[in-house]
Amino acid sequence: MTTTVEAGPLDVTALRREFPILQQRSHGRRLVYLDSASSSQRPRAVLDAMDHYYETTHANVHRGVYAIAEEATRQFEMARRAVGRFIKAPRPEVEVIFTKNATEALNLVAHSYGRHLLPDRKAILLTELEHHANIVPWLMLAAERGVELRYLPVGDDYRLDLRDLDRLMDGVGLVGVSTMSNVLGTITDLSPIVQAAHAAGAVVVADASQLVPHRSVDVRALGVDFLAFTGHKMLGPTGIGVLWGREELLDAMPPFLGGGEMIRDVRLDGFTPNDLPWKFEAGTPPIAEAVGLHAAIGFLESLGMNRVAAHETDLTSRAIEILMERHGDDLKIFGPTTDLPARGGVLSLAFRDLHAHDLAQVLDAEGICIRAGHHCAKPLMRRLGVTATARASFYVYNGEDDIQALSDALDVAAAFFG
Amino acid sequence: MAGLEDLYREIILDHYRSPRNRGELAVPPAHRVEGFNPLCGDEVVVYLEVNDGVLTDLRIAGQGCSISQSSASMMSAAVKGRPVEQARKLIRSFKAMMSIHEHSLGGEDSTEDPEDQSEADTLKPEDLGELAALQGVVKFPVRIKCATLSWNALAQGLDEIAAGVLPLDRT
Ligand SMILES: Cc1ncc(COP(=O)(O)O)c(C=O)c1O
Repeated sequence: MTTTVEAGPLDVTALRREFPILQQRSHGRRLVYLDSASSSQRPRAVLDAMDHYYETTHANVHRGVYAIAEEATRQFEMARRAVGRFIKAPRPEVEVIFTKNATEALNLVAHSYGRHLLPDRKAILLTELEHHANIVPWLMLAAERGVELRYLPVGDDYRLDLRDLDRLMDGVGLVGVSTMSNVLGTITDLSPIVQAAHAAGAVVVADASQLVPHRSVDVRALGVDFLAFTGHKMLGPTGIGVLWGREELLDAMPPFLGGGEMIRDVRLDGFTPNDLPWKFEAGTPPIAEAVGLHAAIGFLESLGMNRVAAHETDLTSRAIEILMERHGDDLKIFGPTTDLPARGGVLSLAFRDLHAHDLAQVLDAEGICIRAGHHCAKPLMRRLGVTATARASFYVYNGEDDIQALSDALDVAAAFFG
Repeated sequence: MAGLEDLYREIILDHYRSPRNRGELAVPPAHRVEGFNPLCGDEVVVYLEVNDGVLTDLRIAGQGCSISQSSASMMSAAVKGRPVEQARKLIRSFKAMMSIHEHSLGGEDSTEDPEDQSEADTLKPEDLGELAALQGVVKFPVRIKCATLSWNALAQGLDEIAAGVLPLDRT
């Protein structure tokens, strides 16, 4: 796929026309979608690619010898290569594993690596800002194997506090760390963590669900050993996620789920697993979803990830300015407000003493979609001393008019609840 | 399309701004029950004291949205000082009112409690006094759990007291 990358800022007005759902109205108003950190919307190119695949090509992959089956297999494997190239994987064809979502990718590592290759008596180091998807699989493993779990704390600047890194890393066999917080927007400075982990002989599992959609990612530069992300947050379909892992680690790991596709041979008394990456892809995989994800990556590449990042940094900066200027006394932002390139377009807010759900409900009546709740990060919520926040998050189709709409709606909420 | 006024009726906002029976009771003699809303992390704590079959005292603690807080406040005003059997009837009636939508959604509550289905011994919304103001919540299905949070906790508390569970048995 050839892509031409334009220069300059994103043309949000033109971009919006590519997203059918954004042409809709909500409660009679323009739909203002500020919840992409939860799930993004998808452009027509992705929807068309999936429709076209179903209309012309669909058959099961890696099975049939007939033409459309071969074509389906080809498209599925092309998608794998595109995903691998997108994150600069050294060997996309073996190191990229399709899963159902990021959660399944992380569970795969917890199961196949954690239960079989993590040495006895080694601890696991996580951070306080993880999504439940990067905590619960490890809690389950800890309960099963009696592994000790430790947590890197979040500082008052909403970034990871690494002062105790060396002490915490002592005796650790695996580190699980989010590359960008879905609550605070904080982008993790991975290099000191990766260095300390590798010096201690530990592997690093990165949850990049929030980073891959918004930044150019190079797995070799990050230096991590596993990277998990999810299709629906990056303009792709639901039902597909990705695990990237170093080939030698994936090779050494036993399969996760058992069934068709993941075997080379099955006898009545045993089986031989398939080669990578299929060893980890039991059952019929998300084929149309892989085609859709491929189209989403093509769309992002045609925009250019550096322009996407610049757009979101600009928007975040404008949002902080506009909201603080107009509502400063009533508003608290949970997340860094300086060094904006080191944070993503996610703004967790508290407004007056309004509960996040009440705020989100009033905003909904204004046609504005934000997320209210604990964002699947309850340990972080406890650290912040709240049960819920209201969260606005930005993507390529958001512009300053969305921020204005949010700002106006805060006044409506203030008037409504008096 | 349901409007905000359907959800946030004036009486609801009033209970939210000045909640009734807020506070705690000493445990024991009071019984303490917690309710969690996994959706938003809201937490309500109900303290109740039952003497000779009467709910003699009740207090509400915890934090949550206007719907969960006002529902808890209205509940406390409605059941405090009432015989336990009347409180149970109110719980059944309230849950029946709130389950209209959960039935049509096939929500988990629709089969949870066969008791709820018997309409024979429940009050109609129009006989529920100010609690009827919460009826609008059913038009906002995700908020139903907010409204029923404290009621489920109260029901659990009454069950535990009836079963003789001492507060100290639960940590
Ligand atoms: C940081 C982070 N990790 C993991 C996930 C889980 O993604 P999924 O639900 O697609 O598995 C999310 C999404 O909510 C997330 O924000």
